[in-house]
Amino acid sequence: MTKRTVLSSDDINRSLKRISHEIVEATSGSNELLILGIPTRGVALAQRLAKNLTELTPLGPVACGTLDVTLYRDDGVSASRRPYQTDTPIAGIDDKIVILVDDVLFSGRTIRAALDALVDIGRPRQVKLAVLVDRGHRELPIRPDFVGKNLPTSADERVNVRLVEIDGIDEVVIEQ
Amino acid sequence: MRHLVSIRDLSKDQALDLLSDAQEFSLVNSREIKKMPTLRGRTVVNLFFENSTRTRVSFEIAATRLSADVVNVSSDSSSVTKGESLRDTAQTLEALGADCIIIRHPEAGAPKQLAEMGWIASAVINAGDGSHEHPTQALLDALTMQQRFGQDLTGLKVLIVGDILHSRVARSNLLLLNTLGAKVTLAGPPALLPDAFAEMGASISHDFDASLSDSPDVVMMLRVQKERMLSTFQNDEARYINDWSLSTMRAGALSKSSVIMHPGPMNRGLEISSEAADDPRSAILQQVANGVAVRMAVLRSVMAVDA
Repeated sequence: MTKRTVLSSDDINRSLKRISHEIVEATSGSNELLILGIPTRGVALAQRLAKNLTELTPLGPVACGTLDVTLYRDDGVSASRRPYQTDTPIAGIDDKIVILVDDVLFSGRTIRAALDALVDIGRPRQVKLAVLVDRGHRELPIRPDFVGKNLPTSADERVNVRLVEIDGIDEVVIEQ
Repeated sequence: MRHLVSIRDLSKDQALDLLSDAQEFSLVNSREIKKMPTLRGRTVVNLFFENSTRTRVSFEIAATRLSADVVNVSSDSSSVTKGESLRDTAQTLEALGADCIIIRHPEAGAPKQLAEMGWIASAVINAGDGSHEHPTQALLDALTMQQRFGQDLTGLKVLIVGDILHSRVARSNLLLLNTLGAKVTLAGPPALLPDAFAEMGASISHDFDASLSDSPDVVMMLRVQKERMLSTFQNDEARYINDWSLSTMRAGALSKSSVIMHPGPMNRGLEISSEAADDPRSAILQQVANGVAVRMAVLRSVMAVDA
């Protein structure tokens, strides 16, 4: 198995800082922002983005939550894929600008499931997508609004995102 | 997990996983849109050879919340009354497209037969077989206890009271609570509580008031099953109430932090007084609500492609 590091800890931090600035710009500093991470690693990324955004905007803390898509997937019910808690603000998500956050964008099917899960909870004003890595090979007409790094890959490669909160280290590696 | 026939089939980890899934599902209950597409296109059959409203409705709501299609078959409206065997009925239902059969049957062991004889490939869930088991009831009771006392039930003192002999609820609860580390005491008159239950890992008591003075965390009252009892107690209701009813006075003596449970349907005034049933410490309606969540978790689990 060959292993190649494509993003270091510093790279990841810089990417998230840049994405945070891009989000502020794209949403004109709105105070209706809600950052929703898709488990598992999307949640950690969402929390980091929310922290960055809170520092960037004078409007108080930016809300952050979790959106579990397990029950909305289209690839069959799996016993090994257990549901996580969906955790959204008590005030609801209606009229919010929701930024969905995931670690790797690949086929687009997770995001399709996330959009379905989202409309069952409420009606956001706008939904945008932020990913740390876009590795291509889309199977659905879905594109990200904010990307940490575009990473052309072949289909048999694996892109592994590891984050301090979960894996004890920040890195993105390609394994084959 | 391909089937859920008995609590004995569950390891502690499996049980805890199911309960934690059910806890997630219980949160869906408070959402405006309670439905999710998880089991879209799957067909679930409620095959009930015995009357039941709450369990059937609970399974039906659980399945529809997950977007499965539900068909209800009850014995009085089916070919069963024409003498069709369980095997033929099940194979017919499967040929009609059933992915999961939820069975309630007056005979102990019928669900196990259905799951293991190789008659059908569908998932099988036991919704109560005779006086044997009722695994989803035990799971919903455990979830209710977790919500009141925290996730770890180790050492929790649970007192199950009444007609133990005829109660599949008591059996399944005893098995699951043992697995989860709780301390179970069964209490009932000798005629309805044979000593053999001690072998299943419970303390046995024939004195309700003595058991109550041991300050249990949970007091679970069982329904007096008039339809299953011959003449043991029927003639002596007054004595039963005197010795074994959770009266207003007995409930009053319970600690503030204790929880009153009942699997329903209740005979108010018989095994439990109206005041005790409606007491702030009563978790009876919470049990009902948790039933849907637990059954969603079980349905999802048995119908997983890699179950």
